[in-house]
Amino acid sequence: MSIDIKVRRGVDIKLVGEADKVNGELSPSETCVVKPSDFHEVVPKLLVAEGDEVLAGTPLFYSKDNDRIRFTSPVSGEVAEIKRGEKRKILEIKILADKEVRYETFNPGASSELNKEKVTEALLGAGLWPMLRQRPYDVIANPDDAPKAIFISGFDSAPLAPDYDFILEGSEADFQAGIDALSHLTAGKVRLGLRADSAASKTFTEAKGVEVHTVSGPHPAGNVGIQIHHLDPINKGEVVWFINPQDVAIVGRFFNTGKYDASKTICVAGSEVNQPRYYKVISGMGLSGLLSETLKGDHLRIISGNVLTGTRIEKEGYLGYYDHMVTAIPEGDEQELFGWIAPGFNKFSTSRAFWSWLTPNKKYVLDSNMHGEKRAYVVTGQYESVLPMDIYPQQLIKAIMVGDIEAMENLGIYEVSAEDFALCEVVCTSKMDVQKTIQEGLDMIKHEMS
Amino acid sequence: MKKLLSNFFETVKPNFEKGGKLEKFHPALDAFETFVFVPGESAKSGAHIRDGIDLKRTMIFVVIAMVPALLFGMYNIGFQHFSQTGEVVSTMGMFLFGLWKVLPMIIVSYGVGLGIEFLFAILRGHQVNEGYLVTGMLIPLIMPVDLPLWMLAVSVVFAVIIGKEVFGGTGMNILNPALTARAFLFFAYPTYMSGNTVWVADASTVDAISGETILGGLAAGKEVVTEAAAAGYGSWSPMEAFLGLIPGSVGETSTLAIILGAAFLLWTGIGSWRIMLSGLIGAAVMGLIFNAFSVNALMALPWYQHLVVGGFAFGLVFMATDPVSAAQTNKGKIIYGFLVGFFAIMIRVFNPAYPEGIMLAILLMNVFAPLIDHYVVEGNVKRRLKRMKAVKA
Repeated sequence: MSIDIKVRRGVDIKLVGEADKVNGELSPSETCVVKPSDFHEVVPKLLVAEGDEVLAGTPLFYSKDNDRIRFTSPVSGEVAEIKRGEKRKILEIKILADKEVRYETFNPGASSELNKEKVTEALLGAGLWPMLRQRPYDVIANPDDAPKAIFISGFDSAPLAPDYDFILEGSEADFQAGIDALSHLTAGKVRLGLRADSAASKTFTEAKGVEVHTVSGPHPAGNVGIQIHHLDPINKGEVVWFINPQDVAIVGRFFNTGKYDASKTICVAGSEVNQPRYYKVISGMGLSGLLSETLKGDHLRIISGNVLTGTRIEKEGYLGYYDHMVTAIPEGDEQELFGWIAPGFNKFSTSRAFWSWLTPNKKYVLDSNMHGEKRAYVVTGQYESVLPMDIYPQQLIKAIMVGDIEAMENLGIYEVSAEDFALCEVVCTSKMDVQKTIQEGLDMIKHEMS
Repeated sequence: MKKLLSNFFETVKPNFEKGGKLEKFHPALDAFETFVFVPGESAKSGAHIRDGIDLKRTMIFVVIAMVPALLFGMYNIGFQHFSQTGEVVSTMGMFLFGLWKVLPMIIVSYGVGLGIEFLFAILRGHQVNEGYLVTGMLIPLIMPVDLPLWMLAVSVVFAVIIGKEVFGGTGMNILNPALTARAFLFFAYPTYMSGNTVWVADASTVDAISGETILGGLAAGKEVVTEAAAAGYGSWSPMEAFLGLIPGSVGETSTLAIILGAAFLLWTGIGSWRIMLSGLIGAAVMGLIFNAFSVNALMALPWYQHLVVGGFAFGLVFMATDPVSAAQTNKGKIIYGFLVGFFAIMIRVFNPAYPEGIMLAILLMNVFAPLIDHYVVEGNVKRRLKRMKAVKA
């Protein structure tokens, strides 16, 4: 029925604390924030001031580079604080949420009347546009581009990742409406990636107007970048858009109801979470209530997102715009005695230099320790074994380090994003900042091209 | 114990920090502290969990892989010596004789080498890199046992400074530092590094002892490998060569001990199977070609015996696989390994003045490794450009 992608290189890091497929009870948070830093490369221009009343869907700021791209409030209430950092950079826009969310009303139009312009304007107007991102550069899609395809990965293969089959159960109508709307945006196909070896939810399998492909193999098989690389690789000058499956349902809900309802289901997982499970939250919601009830201790690494690519947050932190999970693992700031020879039964490694190779199916409790110091590159071939792309990762990274634009282009910078290199960073013997370097390379080339 | 050590570092640390009396020596303290403790540093950016492996453990594991070859080498030094003098000495006695000869070499190698590493770290204000842990063990293992210690020290100085530090330290060098040391001595002091009087302890001073290697004998046109074991000194069976009961550099003789080390490196995933396998194939191919012509004793040596005599096995397992000086791409590693094996046997046979080819073969391929990688990567670039043209057309 469909194309099958077999991913052979990569690794599944098995962690303790997978979320049970149960929806937990949660008292709503009083505050919500929108953080411009969630949107890479966006310079915000404010549209509200402290004290203003907003509804869910009221624009808060727009992007300096493109004033059509607006960012709206996920809840109704009062703008309580606009937090600024150095050089008056806007860090957070905090909204004191009403008990009952009141919505701006939009009229996106009946599904039969939609076309590219209407969908684009509707999404831009209600602030849903930032959900659509693009490769190359891994930034918010430019509404003036004509993408050659739109990719949706229906599953997340990262450690402890949320199960979209579970999250989207019963959201068939919204998901379908989302697909219908998105399909107007590209002359090419809307592609949906599903796991080859498990039964996907009806929401995905019965969706119409998408080209389904299946993917088997270890992480990063679920990364949309890997799927794009294997199905429809990006050449210089081409653009592919992508969107998270839950965001597709939010887009669909918007077209069905005319309201920007930013509620979504996230999973809270990790070894330091009591009863890891799923919760229904609102995008940008304050997590202090949820976390104070579920976390085991105080000395923790709390992450909005997964352990590979997520953002570190405090206990009073907020859920990131693009994140669909919160992970808690132990903070790893303990020294370890004679780590160069200790047996290491509890250490994860892709090498067999630790005795943990005796227990290949063991689930680990891993902390955030670096397990060593940064060094010059010595070991080779490690990155290749966890990056299932026809790309030479170490050569690409070195090209970025020396700022050689032409070499970056030749080596495939347009096809990659930081998240695809997360595993390279995990396995690196020399403890290089791989994701940061890739991001720098993407920024460099974006500025070079614009 | 952990507490005690931790307290010790906490008390001495202020002296080494900014403004302290010994501020300049901070890299030295840091080296000792990180040797005892893996730092309690957590991930600041990027992935929040990291693989347990680091460069220290990687390097230590390579040293562990060399231990069988080292221990057997010590025993063999005694065995070669006493089997010629005719003295009856127990196995332990032979081992202790070898230990007495080799231990000073190891101490000099590490003492001088690490001294220079620390000096550079202090002068440049960076951390001490672990690369020398492996080089420091490799150097004594690839030298003849009677090498004067001052020569060893000079070769270490040359290898670390010219072979590595001038390029920027570990990870930046072009040639394998241990082989740089050996090549330096070979061309600077050839009488101590080749010929028939250096490969057995005291061979140069005691007339009764011959110190010729199998390859040296073959190059001189002698019949030295025989199927009948123990045909007297000067000839060996292939099995003796495999076990390592033959004259040669300290750690290179026992193919069996080297295989143990290789198995350890391959199992832990630290050594490259691509280089080892393709190197083996390369040597076998060259050996078979020579066997087909076989106009002299070296060419007639059966191809599989080439693999167990001389330094071929040691060089292929421990030095051709050095990830810094080898090819870095997976395809490149296969080509590089094949050519190392191929040239090693070719140099052996064609160069009667110097019948051990693996050293020069590896150094030669170290120089060509970036070129091999360049063409492998270029292939990837061309594929990408072709794909783009196909879309545009």
